[in-house]
Amino acid sequence: MMQLAAREEPLLNVDNLVVEYGLGNKTVHAVSGVSLQVARGETLGLVGESGCGKSTLGRAVLQLRRAKSGRVLFDGEDLTAMEGEALRQMRRRVQLIFQDPIASLNPRRRIGDIVAEPLVIAGVKDAVERKRRVHDVLSAVGLDPDLVANRLPHEFSGGQCQRICIARALVLNPEFVVCDEPVSALDVSIRAQILNLLEAMKARFGLTLLFIAHDLAVVKAVSDRVAVMYLGRLCEVGPSEQLFARPAHPYTSLLLQAIPVPDPDVRPAESVATGEPPSPIAPPSGCRFRTRCPRADQRCSAEIPELRGVAPGQFVACHHPLA
Amino acid sequence: MSTPLLTIEDIAVELPTPRGNLRAVDHVDLSLQAGRTLGIVGESGCGKTMLSRAILQLLPKKAKLSGRVMFDGEDLVRLAPERLRRLRARELAVVFQDPMTSLNPVLTIGTQLMETIQEHLELDASAARKRSIDLLAAVGIPAPEQRLGQYPHQCSGGMRQRIAIAIALSCEPRLLIADEPTTALDVTIQAQILDLLAREQRRRHMAMIIITHDLGVVAGRADEVAVMYAGRVVERAPTQALFKRMHMPYTEALLAAIPKLDTAPHTPLPAISGRPPDPTRPLKGCSFAPRCRYAAGRCHEAKPELKSAEISGHLYACLHPIRMTEGIGA
Ligand SMILES: Nc1ncnc2c1ncn2[C@@H]1O[C@H](COP(=O)(O)OP(=O)(O)OP(=O)(O)O)[C@@H](O)[C@H]1O
Ligand SMILES: Nc1ncnc2c1ncn2[C@@H]1O[C@H](COP(=O)(O)OP(=O)(O)OP(=O)(O)O)[C@@H](O)[C@H]1O
Ligand code: SF4
Ligand code: SF4
Ligand SMILES: [Mg+2]
Ligand SMILES: [Mg+2]
Repeated sequence: MMQLAAREEPLLNVDNLVVEYGLGNKTVHAVSGVSLQVARGETLGLVGESGCGKSTLGRAVLQLRRAKSGRVLFDGEDLTAMEGEALRQMRRRVQLIFQDPIASLNPRRRIGDIVAEPLVIAGVKDAVERKRRVHDVLSAVGLDPDLVANRLPHEFSGGQCQRICIARALVLNPEFVVCDEPVSALDVSIRAQILNLLEAMKARFGLTLLFIAHDLAVVKAVSDRVAVMYLGRLCEVGPSEQLFARPAHPYTSLLLQAIPVPDPDVRPAESVATGEPPSPIAPPSGCRFRTRCPRADQRCSAEIPELRGVAPGQFVACHHPLA
Repeated sequence: MSTPLLTIEDIAVELPTPRGNLRAVDHVDLSLQAGRTLGIVGESGCGKTMLSRAILQLLPKKAKLSGRVMFDGEDLVRLAPERLRRLRARELAVVFQDPMTSLNPVLTIGTQLMETIQEHLELDASAARKRSIDLLAAVGIPAPEQRLGQYPHQCSGGMRQRIAIAIALSCEPRLLIADEPTTALDVTIQAQILDLLAREQRRRHMAMIIITHDLGVVAGRADEVAVMYAGRVVERAPTQALFKRMHMPYTEALLAAIPKLDTAPHTPLPAISGRPPDPTRPLKGCSFAPRCRYAAGRCHEAKPELKSAEISGHLYACLHPIRMTEGIGA
């Protein structure tokens, strides 16, 4: 189902994507039939609890993990059907930024070489050209190229390492970047610096972003629209402000209530969350949220709720959505 | 006012490193009464964990500790090892960010709980078993009898943290220190664990210290908050006062830098530039000066001491405090 307005052109169209992992003789149902779109130039936030399949979805979009079924259309072309050289060419246009900036940098390589690596892989042979582009992108992320290019990752803080990772992701001028929890490992003060940087880079390079995080306030700060996942399925998607003001899915509402607000006048709501998420190896029948949902009834265990529109741009997969 | 259960006086912790001595905790004073909750907040590396370890006398061997930790009239720093061990077993408890720090992976949950209980409370096996089941039920674990036979790896992160809390509470401690108890957990589970801690704290009239880098966690749950920066307490106040009338620019900046749910998307965040100072280097002046937007000449020369504000119990360490008069910033 198209979740975008008619005037918006989807750069990414994920259609009924299914991704599974084998675990012994069992199957982990990590992503089970997710459909969503990201319009050119927009940021789609993706939230949900640990293990709900956010990273798996992000990696499957970039073909770092192949889907069992479903399609990933990027600029009209189906990435899931691509292989070899075609896929390699396409990969220049899509990039990934990880949660753990320090672990994702090779400790024995100099920053200049780390940032230049995508250029080497993409076949940019001219060393002077590579150097120029590394220089430009390091300056863009707020690092002094002359001071950092010859140093090793361990000489940098977490926030600086994330700047380096962002530089590496941007050096090929991609159109689309999956940011997988890019600020979760950072301190509040550094987190704000990096979020501002991502916003600035998005404007400067005309990027389209899929921004994965588990912190709803962080997601709202940068996203035009937000998609909420639970145990491998999409619960709800809609414009950020609207979704946060009027969540239609009981799980979205629960997530919003659970956020600790930095204001002593806001009494924390008694934790309504009953229990914990079930295992994705044996997900509940029908609606996967039903074991924790205060509204669950017979129908919820019998029938999988389909995504449907409840307000302009807002779609929810629930048999009994909130008013 | 009754006498505090815990009084920390002039605690300093230094750690030798290849790059020189590292000031992990730089002369901290704090106090806490029974039945109250103190929140300690600050960025990574500001000394929160070292301070809590100094209170519990659980510092790394090479650490140099000075100052006094008065607990119910006794100085824990100078206590005989045997007495300290008893006190730690019965009256002081701690919950860490990673529950596996306090759980033994090769023992069943039942064995661990019952051992702790029997060690501290002189109960026979069947009474200890009954108590274990009650405790697991109290911390919200469904089917507690079946859990007793399971190993920690068979439980989710949230479950493990509940079990670690059950073990910590098993000896009826008078002081519980929770060091980032929910940082590794999802928000819905985080809310459950924080509720659990608050409930048990009230019920047992325990004193509790919650350590976190999330101001949201302490806002609704601590009576008083201490903000740490570079090893020092730079502001300390009853929770309302801290959030509404902070005097320390660092507290203001920390609060402003958090993305808020009621802010429109794409609003630039007021980030704090730079990062905290290197704790192995000598410091002149205010430790926050290089990042402070109010910094003026003297800030780079003179080290601001903690001073009392107009509200009792509100202290701040700043030469140019903000929001000093009624009405400003309110
Ligand atoms: N390589 C793998 N083999 C088997 N199972 C896996 C593998 N990678 C992930 N999983 C499982 O797939 C599910 C989805 O994992 P995924 O990492 O996508 O979740 P996530 O939403 O990114 O979680 P987090 O917030 O913790 O990063 C989880 O149950 C996870 O344990
Ligand atoms: N075992 C150690 N040896 C040397 N230095 C250490 C050791 N443990 C911590 N430090 C240093 O002591 C200082 C205080 O660390 P501490 O762990 O107390 O910080 P924290 O506030 O708890 O941070 P976090 O939020 O990351 O847990 C830091 O500069 C840290 O690098
Ligand atoms: S479909 Fe049923 S169980 Fe699922 S969220 Fe809606 S009401 Fe709850
Ligand atoms: S003393 Fe000066 S530098 Fe330090 S916080 Fe106050 S105004 Fe800022
Ligand atoms: Mg992930
Ligand atoms: Mg710590």
